[in-house]
Amino acid sequence: MFAFCADPKAIEGLSWLTCYLTSSKHLDFYWSFATVLLLLVITAPAALAFGFGGATAARSPLLPARAFGKTYIAMVRGVPDIVFFMFFVIALDQGIEFLKSLAVCADHAWPWQGLEFRVCKEAKVPLATSDAFWHDAYGFTLAVVTFALVFGAFVANVLYGAMQAVPRAQLETAEAYGMSHGQVFWRILVPQMWIYALPGLGNLWMILIKATPLLFLLGVEDIVYYARELGGSKTQAYEYPHPDWRLWYFLALLCFYLLMTKTSEGVLKRLSARLSKGQATAAGEAMRKAAA
Amino acid sequence: MTMTCWETVQAYAFRSLGYGENLLPKTDFTLCQQFTLIGSGMIWNIYFGALALLFGFFFANALALAKAAHSPWARKPAEWFIFVFRGSPLFIQFFIAYETLVLLPRAGVEVFGITVATSWMTKAWAGALFVLFLNTAAYAAEIFYGALQSIPKGDLEAAEAYGITGWQKFRRIQWPTMLRLGWPAYTNEAIFLFHATTLVFFASFPAFRQMGDALYYANYFADKTFNPFIPYPIVGFYFILLTLFVTWTFGLVNRRLNRHLPQNLKSRIRLRPNLIR
Repeated sequence: MFAFCADPKAIEGLSWLTCYLTSSKHLDFYWSFATVLLLLVITAPAALAFGFGGATAARSPLLPARAFGKTYIAMVRGVPDIVFFMFFVIALDQGIEFLKSLAVCADHAWPWQGLEFRVCKEAKVPLATSDAFWHDAYGFTLAVVTFALVFGAFVANVLYGAMQAVPRAQLETAEAYGMSHGQVFWRILVPQMWIYALPGLGNLWMILIKATPLLFLLGVEDIVYYARELGGSKTQAYEYPHPDWRLWYFLALLCFYLLMTKTSEGVLKRLSARLSKGQATAAGEAMRKAAA
Repeated sequence: MTMTCWETVQAYAFRSLGYGENLLPKTDFTLCQQFTLIGSGMIWNIYFGALALLFGFFFANALALAKAAHSPWARKPAEWFIFVFRGSPLFIQFFIAYETLVLLPRAGVEVFGITVATSWMTKAWAGALFVLFLNTAAYAAEIFYGALQSIPKGDLEAAEAYGITGWQKFRRIQWPTMLRLGWPAYTNEAIFLFHATTLVFFASFPAFRQMGDALYYANYFADKTFNPFIPYPIVGFYFILLTLFVTWTFGLVNRRLNRHLPQNLKSRIRLRPNLIR
C-alpha cells in the first residue's frame, strides 16, 4: 500500500507493523468486518418479517395457519440452533438444485443416490463455470436465509407474546367502535405491541450479534476465517514472517464484539425510553409523572 | 459384512469415549448406526453440560453476591467478568481459551519445584469444560443478581424485626428467595447451556481419535452421505429428550423452592429462547 513497503524484509519496528497491517490480506480482513455488518443489516429485518409472519399465523383463526405458526415457533426451543444452521445450509442448497434439476435436466433421476447428491451439471447453483464472486455470493445468501429462518422463529415467539400482552380492553374498545379485524390488527394491536416486544427483541439482537461467528462454520470467509488465516505462524517463505499470533487476532475480535454489544445496549435503552412514551405501562406512567 | 442392529450398538455405543469398534462406518450407512453413534456423542454433551452447570452454580452465586456488594474491590471485577463473558460470542471464547492453553509450555510449568503437566488442558474434556463453566457462571450470575435485587423489601424488614441478621439472614431469607425468584430463568440457562455444548468440537478443540459429541457425528454422517435429512433430525430428537429431562429435573427443584407459597403465588417455569451466546 505504501511505497516503503516494497521490501518488507528490509524494514522493522513501527514501519514494519504499518506495512504488515496494511498488507492486501489484511485489507481483506478489514472488509470481512463489513461482511458481518452486512449480515446483521440484512438478517435483522428479514428475521423480523419472518417472525411477524409466524406470529400472525400463530394467532390466525384458521387451523392450518395456526398449526404452521406454532410449529415454526416451537421448532427452535428444544433443539440447538447450530443444528439448524448446519442442516439448513445443506438442505436449502440441495432443495434449490433439486428444483432446478426438474426444470433444466434431461433425465429426472432421484438425486440422492447412495453416497452422493447428484444432479446434472446444468442444475448446479451457481454453475461450475461461474465467476468466483457468484460462488461467494451464493454461499453468503444461503447463510443469510438460514440466519433469517432460525432467528425468525425466535422473533415469532417474542412477537406472539407481545401481541398477547396488549391489553384485551384496547382491542375490544376498537371492535366496539366498529373496526374490522384488519383495522383492529393494524391500527391498535401492531402499534402497541412494540413496547412489550422490545425487551425480547433487544435480547435477540444481542444474540444475533453473538451468533455471527457461526458464519465461519457455514463456509463464509468472515472475520473468524481471516483471524485464523492471518494469525497462524508464517515461515520465512512469507513476506511477513511471524510466530503464531492467533491469540492476538482473537482478542481483537473479542474487543470488536464487546464494543458491538455495549453500543447496542445503549441504543436499546434509549429506544425503550422512546417507545414507553404515552404507553399504559409502569415506565410510561413514570415518564408522565416526571413531566407533570 | 453386515451387522445386526444389536451388534452395531455393542460396537459403537461407547465409541465417543474410545471403547468398542475403532473405525467409524465408511460405507453402507444404516439408520441404526446413525442413531447409535449420535447417541454415543450425546455422552459428551451431557458431560459438558452437567459438570459446567454444577461447578458454575457455585461460582455464579459468588459472582452475584460480589456484583451486589458495596465494595468496588468486589463489585468491579465481578461486573467486568460478567460483561466480558455475556458480551462476547462463546465461539470466540473457545478460540481464545484454546490458543492461550496451546501457548503454555509443552513440558509443563514449574510451580515450587514441582512440574505441572499442561498438555491435558488443551484437551476438550478439560479446556472446553473450563470455558463452559466460566460462561454459564457469568450468565447465571446475572440472573441471580437480578433476583437478589428483586427480593421484596418487606421480607428483609420482617427478618430484621425477628432479629435475624447477617449470615443468618442471608442463609435463611435472601439466598432461598434469590434462588426461588431466579429459578425459572436459570432453568432456561441450563437448557441453553446444554445446547451450547454442541459448539465445543466446532471451535478449535480437536476431537481426539474421532471421539466427538452428537453434532460431530451428525456432521460426519452428513458429510459422508450428502444427506442432511437423517443425521440432523436425529440430533434434534436426542436434544428434545434432553431438554424435557432438564425441564423436569429443574421443575422438581422449583417445586421445592416454592413449597411454602400458596398456589397462586408460585412461579412457573416458562421456556424462553436464549440460544446462542
